[in-house]
Amino acid sequence: MAGRREALKKTRKIVIDPVNRIEGHLKVEVEVSGGKVVDAHCTTGLFRGFEIILKGRDPRDAAQITQRICGVCPTSHGTASVLCLDSAFGVKPTTNGRIVRNLILVADHIWDHILHFYHLVALDYVKGPNVPPFVPRYEGKGIYKLPPEINDFGVKGYLKALEIRRVGHEMTAIFGGRGPHVHGLVVGGATVVPTADAIVGYLWRLKEIEKFYDEIYLPTVYAVAKYYPEAFTFGAGCKNFLSYGVYPLNDDYTEFLLKPGVYTDGEDKPFDPEKITEYVKYSFYNDSITGLNPKNGKTHLANPDKPEAYSFTKAPRYDGKPHEVGPLARMWVANPVLSRHASEFLGKKGEVRMRDFGEKAFSVLGRLVARAEEGWLEVKAAKKWITELKPGAPVYKNVDVPETGIGFGCTEAPRGSVGHWIRIRDKKIANYQVVAPTTWNVSPRDDTGTPGPIEQALIGTPVPDPKNPVNVVRVIRSFDP
Amino acid sequence: MSLSRRDFLKLCGGTAAGISFSQMLVPEVVEALEKAAAGKPPVLWLQGAGCSGCSVSLLNTAHPKIADVLLKIIDLRYHPTIMAAAGELALGAIEETSAAKGKFIIALEGGIPVGADGRYCVIGEKEGKEITIMSALLEAAPKAMAVLAIGTCAAYGGIQAAKPNPTQAVGAQEFFKMKGIKTPVINIPGCPAHPDWIVGTIAHVLLYGIPKLDDLGRPTLFYGSCVHDHCPYRGFYDDETFCKDFNDKEGCRYQLGCKGPDAYCDAWKRGWNGGVNWCVRSATCIACVEPNFWDTESPFYSNE
Repeated sequence: MAGRREALKKTRKIVIDPVNRIEGHLKVEVEVSGGKVVDAHCTTGLFRGFEIILKGRDPRDAAQITQRICGVCPTSHGTASVLCLDSAFGVKPTTNGRIVRNLILVADHIWDHILHFYHLVALDYVKGPNVPPFVPRYEGKGIYKLPPEINDFGVKGYLKALEIRRVGHEMTAIFGGRGPHVHGLVVGGATVVPTADAIVGYLWRLKEIEKFYDEIYLPTVYAVAKYYPEAFTFGAGCKNFLSYGVYPLNDDYTEFLLKPGVYTDGEDKPFDPEKITEYVKYSFYNDSITGLNPKNGKTHLANPDKPEAYSFTKAPRYDGKPHEVGPLARMWVANPVLSRHASEFLGKKGEVRMRDFGEKAFSVLGRLVARAEEGWLEVKAAKKWITELKPGAPVYKNVDVPETGIGFGCTEAPRGSVGHWIRIRDKKIANYQVVAPTTWNVSPRDDTGTPGPIEQALIGTPVPDPKNPVNVVRVIRSFDP
Repeated sequence: MSLSRRDFLKLCGGTAAGISFSQMLVPEVVEALEKAAAGKPPVLWLQGAGCSGCSVSLLNTAHPKIADVLLKIIDLRYHPTIMAAAGELALGAIEETSAAKGKFIIALEGGIPVGADGRYCVIGEKEGKEITIMSALLEAAPKAMAVLAIGTCAAYGGIQAAKPNPTQAVGAQEFFKMKGIKTPVINIPGCPAHPDWIVGTIAHVLLYGIPKLDDLGRPTLFYGSCVHDHCPYRGFYDDETFCKDFNDKEGCRYQLGCKGPDAYCDAWKRGWNGGVNWCVRSATCIACVEPNFWDTESPFYSNE
């Protein structure tokens, strides 16, 4: 036994590359000692140079170009971009325009939460069919713990979710023109003037999806929660949360369905974009650009040979500290009332809120629960907004490209906070900076050596069998990097 | 199976505006596809420099349903966004599948950055060695039966290849030319590619072999018609009735910057997302099926 204990104490390196079932290219390297992760590094493997490409172009094109940053959350980049352009052009959309924008974005959130849980995450808990691409998979005792009938419900849910997600994407296209990569988001508002058939078509699909959330998605998440209680005990991370706020409820943008806010070191604070800085000591960029607020940010060609650096991702910090973004951050900051399924799960009569989960929320399952609950909240909100549209009323305000301008726009992608910053000179883009949600979560170490949120969340993750490090990918995928 | 190539082309082309290929895929076709797929070449779906949008677009296929495409019509051995496995366990599937020379298909999504020796796009690591999309293709592509370049990135380089092309990204055909790889390439451009174009091309390859391609390597079946020539708003153009802004729907979108005259695809009759809408109806066309459209068609909201 002593020999076995000695062996457990030895540090062992595990490299997972690619971490599949995410959007993009990610490598995660963990060090395991005593059956637990003791250190972690996240490395993103793709550099495309969007900010370099955007320079010198017509500012209006940014809303098209930046959607291509992510094909899973294009409308989030599109929304951040048109808000950024609105502010630089000095225009505020009409009420109808604001609501149409909300309906485009919320449709993407609603289907993406489904895609994330079923098609990216579920196969770490639900044993899929024994055919490729569902095999090979991690195998071993205690990995797939759902009773056969619940596992079967999960597999059927996976297939049904494929269909329902498609229906959700039709909602995106009704007001966005098509999806992915919508045409309906432009500076000054939207492009689809609501008509009765569009409103009914959207609502009809939404009701079908509402049923799926209530009868299949939420129950499955809580079933996984019941059979994997340990997944509430690891994956916490930095416990700092940031939300830019999303879905403006009035034309002055003073009220949101999910309010902006920050939760740092256990305290709630208002959100201030000036407190964002990006560091690059461990990123493949020149050290001369480290520590800048994105409004003054710079992006040069990356240098994958930079000594000590290990990621194409910069390290964004808020008030100098790493912050988690995404559904858990939004739901923790806004703390809304949850579904009846949450009350049942917590064994409470009456309403429960996100913070009623307490410390359990800071975990792998906390993130999955927050995400499903947020989707449920969004479904109900979208049902209300669709009835607030005025058929035939304008969605767009005509506006010229200004000679010069400075703009900032931010919103929330399903996976987290997205911010865009622009400087316009001679009617062209002089500088454009994007801080994508994944940049926050998958961030490498900053200049002080402090690891990013996922790197921190991995510490302490149990890895009983280094050949099948399923808990490691469970932690990573709970962030939807 | 009684469906002739001629009938199939008719089905794919659609006979009425707004009716998509997938809506018209009758059960006999699905059956024929299933039969054709039995014992057919496995598919490796590789992602280079891109956004996964074409994978998401493929999920929008309605008839056949995506579950049938994945489980019955193609034998998908590798797909980073869908597959259960990660790391070396996953990469093993590429090695195993590509060992069977000439007996598998590569579906490529995303461009190939050749700058920095390919290291702007790392897709995995094996035994401590980085695998880039460039090195993976150099290894596997010469052995593949054919390469489907799905989306404008894979076909022509895409957004990352837009000026000044910081990472020197190229599409599959150009890459193969640079490296002397002879494997045939079928381009299925679009940003994203329409699910019917992807499924329809795969169906054609399985049932009848490589379809007729235009001089840009695209199946004429889907990319043979000019959007502007067939646009339902064409009458407005001929009458010189132009939309004043995006609130105005009774007119041609040309003066809002529509690039329909430069675009060759059938979105004008197929629509997107089950036909609920399409680009020009909602706003304007950006000619996303054309090579280098990010440079040649920009600015998108002006035709001056």
